Amino acid sequence: MQLKIQYYALMREQAGRSEETLDTSAATPADLYCELVARYGFTLSREQLKVAVNSEFSEWSRPLAAGDAVVFIPPVAGG
Amino acid sequence: MRFRFTQTAIDTTRARGELLDLGAGGYVSFEGWVRDHNEGQEVTRLEYEAFQELAVKEGERIVAEALRRFPVKHALCIHRVGTLALRDMAVWVGVSSAHRGEAFDACRFIIDEVKHRVPIWKKEHYRSGDSGWVNCERCAAAPDHAHDHGRDHDEAAVLTIHK
Repeated sequence: MQLKIQYYALMREQAGRSEETLDTSAATPADLYCELVARYGFTLSREQLKVAVNSEFSEWSRPLAAGDAVVFIPPVAGG
Repeated sequence: MRFRFTQTAIDTTRARGELLDLGAGGYVSFEGWVRDHNEGQEVTRLEYEAFQELAVKEGERIVAEALRRFPVKHALCIHRVGTLALRDMAVWVGVSSAHRGEAFDACRFIIDEVKHRVPIWKKEHYRSGDSGWVNCERCAAAPDHAHDHGRDHDEAAVLTIHK
């Protein structure tokens, strides 16, 4: 299935892109993150991140569906 | 909208005007400025970026929570994104209310929650030529701090990327 993934901040730099559409068999955001760590070598561990699906915070175990938009959220630093 | 982003200087006069209320006896505001140092490094500029779609939702939720928790009239938060120079204003929070106590409390609540919860990231550029994403890079080297996700980043760590 195809997912849309957006990258921000440190992860955008490490992935070398701000978004992509990916063909994947990842069933959950947790699976997807494992796949992407292997691909891009992200240095942040999953425990340091939050994840959003379709622009809302999500559980890591939520089942993903074709067309979902996934964003991994590194530790924030607004203000 | 009670939380929004701007790519240009925050217009505080206009923002304050949105808080005016005949029942308000005053207002409290907080301005976050770009300072010239952090963690022993000389900072020369900052870059802010946000996942705006979710950030606006979360920011609106924070302001709505403040309005429920504290008996204030109006509240608004504006955050800047893009490249900021020293002395630039990165964030503005304003709260109007009948009495000052709750306005101070609500203003403090909003800025604290925004710093902890809203998906905004800050990259510091240093005089040395190095740069680093605040809260991200030393965390990456020391995952023990993972539970601190975004907490108290004023004191938090930045590990620089050496070019």
